[in-house]
Amino acid sequence: MVKWSDFERSTIQDIFAKIDKNVVGPAALTRCLTVYPWTQRYFGGFGNLYNADAIAANPKVAAHGKVVLNSLENGVKNLDDLKNFYKDLSVLHSEKLQVDPDNFKLLTDCITVVVAGQLGKAFTPEVHAAFSKFLAVVVASLRKFFNSTNWLNCC
Amino acid sequence: MTIMLSKKEKALIKEIWERLTPVAENIGSEALHRMFASYPGTKTYFSHLDISPGSSHLYSHGKKIVLAIAEGAKDISQLTVALAPLQTLHAYQLRIDPTNFKLLSHCMLVTLACYLGEEFTPVAHAAMDKFLSAFAAVLAEKYR
Repeated sequence: MVKWSDFERSTIQDIFAKIDKNVVGPAALTRCLTVYPWTQRYFGGFGNLYNADAIAANPKVAAHGKVVLNSLENGVKNLDDLKNFYKDLSVLHSEKLQVDPDNFKLLTDCITVVVAGQLGKAFTPEVHAAFSKFLAVVVASLRKFFNSTNWLNCC
Repeated sequence: MTIMLSKKEKALIKEIWERLTPVAENIGSEALHRMFASYPGTKTYFSHLDISPGSSHLYSHGKKIVLAIAEGAKDISQLTVALAPLQTLHAYQLRIDPTNFKLLSHCMLVTLACYLGEEFTPVAHAAMDKFLSAFAAVLAEKYR
């Protein structure tokens, strides 16, 4: 079980209280699809992703960005059991969506950059570290069920 | 080595680093501080320096790094030439595991986001990430 210091706990909660997740979510996913275009492979049904402007204007990208941030906000309410909280999503991403788990870090890096842009000076190195830790634990929880072999029995 | 940067991207990168050169020690020390806070393992390479927040070592070392990056940004097509002495330093003396370059690059991008705000658009971020990856790759060229 992950240990959270009082500073980390309150900092992470504070970040989510300060940011507008309906802005951060879309901006982060837009950024991920722009900065790491190969991630677009998972969004074939999203329509026009041809260039930065198209991605930024794409309503499906925006909607999905909100879904991701909502999930993270709920994760903050379950800091002491993130592994179990993300169990179903982990299974979904491995078995159904078949996302290369290395991509999770690409998205969380973009979320960090967007939050940094929003909070500016308030996103100090210490606040940044607490946020990074939270995202890293979420990613590790999402990765958990990729190692189970049952779903490999497709071939 | 080929870097897939358009003329526009190269001009953007050059312009940003030119603008940040006067505050090189602030940008550099902040990026380092972020890296030490988020990735404590990176501190092991700095046992010979005082890297506590606000220390003069942190400022001078941060300044060195940002000035080297800004120099490289002036003519990206000549990165290998510009970085030759630093390549030797990192390969034979410092021997920093190259995975750490990614960590510092990420913290540099976060620092830029804090400084530039809205101006650090997805397009600027993409260009900068590509440049820093290329910079790191060139730095590691002499490792083996």
